[in-house]
Amino acid sequence: MSVGHQVTSDHQLARLLQIGIVLEEVVEARSYHHYQSLDDAPKLDPEIESLLEHAAAESAEHRERLEALVDELDAESIPFDEIEALVQAQYGGTEPEDFDDILYDQLCNEETAYKFYDDLIGALRASETTFGIDRERLIDTLVEIREEEAEGVEEVTKIMNDRQ
Amino acid sequence: MNTADQYVKAIYLLQQMENGPASTGALADRLGVSPASANEMIGKLESRGLAEHEKYKGVTLTDEGIVRARDALQTYCIIERFLSNVLSVAEFRAEARELEPVIDDLVAERLDTIIDRSPECPDCFDPETDACCHLDVPAESVETEEQHAD
Repeated sequence: MSVGHQVTSDHQLARLLQIGIVLEEVVEARSYHHYQSLDDAPKLDPEIESLLEHAAAESAEHRERLEALVDELDAESIPFDEIEALVQAQYGGTEPEDFDDILYDQLCNEETAYKFYDDLIGALRASETTFGIDRERLIDTLVEIREEEAEGVEEVTKIMNDRQ
Repeated sequence: MNTADQYVKAIYLLQQMENGPASTGALADRLGVSPASANEMIGKLESRGLAEHEKYKGVTLTDEGIVRARDALQTYCIIERFLSNVLSVAEFRAEARELEPVIDDLVAERLDTIIDRSPECPDCFDPETDACCHLDVPAESVETEEQHAD
C-alpha cells in the first residue's frame, strides 16, 4: 500500500486519467440532460441554457484530451459504452426541480472536477517517476483543464449570485 | 485521502479483526511502512485526539477517530466498487490501494452517483476479505498475518 500522495506508475496514471474521463462523462451527461430538460421548461433561461451548452461542450473536449493522454500510455481500454449507458441511466431518472437545482448540481460537478485535477497535479509534481509520456506536457494539459474547471466554478457562482 | 485518514482506516479495520486494540506491528504491516513510521504517526493521531495508544497493548481509536475512519472507509469502498463493478478491474484491491491516496472524498462521492451504494456502507466492508461485500464479483479471502500486540 502506498501511503502519501504520489503517482508511481504508468498504470496508476492511466487509471487516474480514466477516472477523470468518467468525471467528465458525468458532467457532460448531466449538463446535456439538464439542457434537454430546459426544452420543456415554461420559461427558458438563456443564461442557464448557454452555461449548460458550454459545460457539455467543454467536458467533451476535456474527455478527448484525457483520452489522447491515456492512448499514449498504452493502457488497457475500459468499457466506455457501458459507462456512458450507466451515467445516462442514473441521470435519466432524475429531473431537476428548478433552475437553482440545475445550477447547484452544475457547481458540484465543476468543483469536483477541479478538486480531482488539483489533487492529481499535486501528486504528479510530488512524484519522481518517469512516465511513458512527457511529464511537462502531461502537467501542462492537466493545469489547463483545471483552470477551465475553475472558470466554470466562477461562472456558475456568478449566475447563482446574480439570481439571488 | 490523506495519510492520517489511511492510518485511522487501517486501525479501525485491525480493531475489528483483532476485536481489541490494533498492534503497531500489524498496522505497519498493513500499511507497508516501518514500525518506526507507524509509531510516529500514532503519536500524531494521539495529539489530534483521534487515537489512544497503550504500551504493550496497541492503539485504539477515539470516538472522533472512529468517525474519521468510517468516512475514509466509505471513500475506499466507493473506489473498490467503482473499479470492480464499473471498470471491471480484476485487481481492484491492489488498484484501490494505489488510488486511495489521490482520490478525495468529494471525488469519490461523485463516482458514487453512478454506482448503487448500499445505505449500510461502510459496514458492507469486510476486513477479512479486505473488500466490500456488494461487489459484482465476490472477493476471495486474503491471508492476513497474525500479529501479536506490541
